[in-house]
Amino acid sequence: MTGVGQRSLWRDAASRLAANRAAMAGLVVVALFAFVAIAAPILAPYDPAAGDTRNHELDPFWGDPAYRSAAFPLGTDQLGRDVLSRLIWSARVSLLIGFVPVSIIVTIGVAVGLVAGYYGRWADLLLMRAVDVIYAFPELLFVIVIVTAARGTWIGELGSGIVLIFVSIATVSWVGMARLVRGQVLALRGLEFIDAARAMGASDRRILVRHVLPNVLAPVIVAVAFGVPGAMLTESALSFLGIGIKPPTPSWGVMINEGFTLAIQSPWPVLMPAVCISVVMLAFTFLGDGLREALDPRA
Amino acid sequence: MIHSSPVPDLLDVKGLETRFFTRDGEVHAVDGVSFRLAAGETLGIVGESGCGKSVTALSLMRLIPYPPGKITAGTVMFDGQDVLKMDDDEVRAIRGNNMAMIFQDPMTSLNPVLTISRQITEALELHLKMNRTDARKRCLELLEMVGIPSAKVRMDDYPHQFSGGMRQRVMIAMALSCNPKLILADEPTTALDVTIQAQILELLKKLAKEFGTAFILITHDLGVVAGMTQRIHVMYAGRIVEKADTGELFANPKMPYTWGLLRSIPRLDESRRAKLRPIEGLPPDLINLPVGCCFAARCQYKRDVCTEKEPELKVVPKAKPDHEARCWGTQEGGWLVDVDYRTDTTVMAAVGAAS
Repeated sequence: MTGVGQRSLWRDAASRLAANRAAMAGLVVVALFAFVAIAAPILAPYDPAAGDTRNHELDPFWGDPAYRSAAFPLGTDQLGRDVLSRLIWSARVSLLIGFVPVSIIVTIGVAVGLVAGYYGRWADLLLMRAVDVIYAFPELLFVIVIVTAARGTWIGELGSGIVLIFVSIATVSWVGMARLVRGQVLALRGLEFIDAARAMGASDRRILVRHVLPNVLAPVIVAVAFGVPGAMLTESALSFLGIGIKPPTPSWGVMINEGFTLAIQSPWPVLMPAVCISVVMLAFTFLGDGLREALDPRA
Repeated sequence: MIHSSPVPDLLDVKGLETRFFTRDGEVHAVDGVSFRLAAGETLGIVGESGCGKSVTALSLMRLIPYPPGKITAGTVMFDGQDVLKMDDDEVRAIRGNNMAMIFQDPMTSLNPVLTISRQITEALELHLKMNRTDARKRCLELLEMVGIPSAKVRMDDYPHQFSGGMRQRVMIAMALSCNPKLILADEPTTALDVTIQAQILELLKKLAKEFGTAFILITHDLGVVAGMTQRIHVMYAGRIVEKADTGELFANPKMPYTWGLLRSIPRLDESRRAKLRPIEGLPPDLINLPVGCCFAARCQYKRDVCTEKEPELKVVPKAKPDHEARCWGTQEGGWLVDVDYRTDTTVMAAVGAAS
């Protein structure tokens, strides 16, 4: 350890992260993406759901001069809806899909992992067998099963099907977080500072919250950085398959689904959401890798 | 002498028995340990690894992990209450407050992600219900008291920014934070280098005296307890085999195991050619304890009676009145009553023949 003075573990990690160019580039893209998603109503020039068939299948501004319009810089889709506006509003869906299920996953996964790892014995046995059962199914397949089963019910109607996607992703993915946290807690439980805290008169709850939890936070943060794009990708896949977000609400997956039949004649309405997905995925991956390196004490 | 004064005992342990239930069988880690400690008194518990010293200390605070460990018998009267009969809340109220513990390895006994001040103030907020500001003020006082330079700046540092010796000072500050009546120090200097060891022990001794805190110092090193404690209990195979005042124990030990321990420390007043004489063999298996004296298998002075019946911990002749030992040979009428281990030639001859 070369640092002397007012440097904490978190500050150390932050400075390591700041020195990582790929991670910072990722962070900038993620921040931009979040800004676009939040400011969608202000940024989007048109209503993403309303189309004018007179202007359908216009090329973006770099396309054929005969088939483009300055009013629609990124062109329109086959129903004459503005692609730019749809891309912007889709960011909103993706942001929600990225963060809402992941917050549920973190809450449940961390709680279960802490309890199972710390108390051990029957609590561990019970919780981890439940985890194993869910873990045994292929993740995407399980999500598809849940979504198709519940799509017709009231929950499938909430927010154009977005709530159902939250629920299904959370149901399937908390198990990975629970396993990660449990493993960390098992390793920590044997350490002397936990005994020292108990010898200090701290209760189990206090030990878990004040001593164990901060120590498992670093791997959890990294897992979140990878979990967010994972959830977004799942949503895109579901929407592409036609069982995700219900049109006309735009999402990148929905856009690809609607556009891919005409992809030969007008590829742009498909390519642009695909590029958006790729760029955001890549940004999160860079950021996640950077966080992992920054938070790893061995680095 | 403090322990014989009419002051009521701070700690009175009777017949303490702690076992670990493992796949291989029951481990008798602590087997019928009894001792007393007056307020402000200092006691050393000495013995080699695995003889039950640490388990004894953990048992006093009810910190034995269950399963596999369990306190199966005995009473631990602390300040007039039996710790073993308390419910969990009552025990927690005592831990860190009236009875504090200093652990062996200061590298691992501090939480790496919390600042020093947060770890020290935790006990203050928990037990003394101090608010943040008061707790920080007290934390600063404590850190200055244990000799952390520029404590005001350092209190918000993390453990990895401190050296081993400094961390053990922090641990002492934590232990002292609530003015406990008793501190259990489990090998507090084993993980430190020798020069730092002396400083830490001095500090512990000085502060305990200032605060009037009783402490139990657990160590495998007789040299460590020599200047530190008023009394010494020697443990072997989960039981106490000798109890005496510190001076008396060094001048007139009455148990061949203690002799062995003393022979294995280098002495300044001996000729340079004198060899250290380690105790041959290993401590007995705590799952299958031998019949008779548990040290008999390694004892050069053993006779038939030693492997037939276990001696009791009894007051021994030709010693101070409160000197007790668990040995047939040194008890009334035994064959070792008049033997001085320093001049005795039996062992020398044995060692000479072996080499």
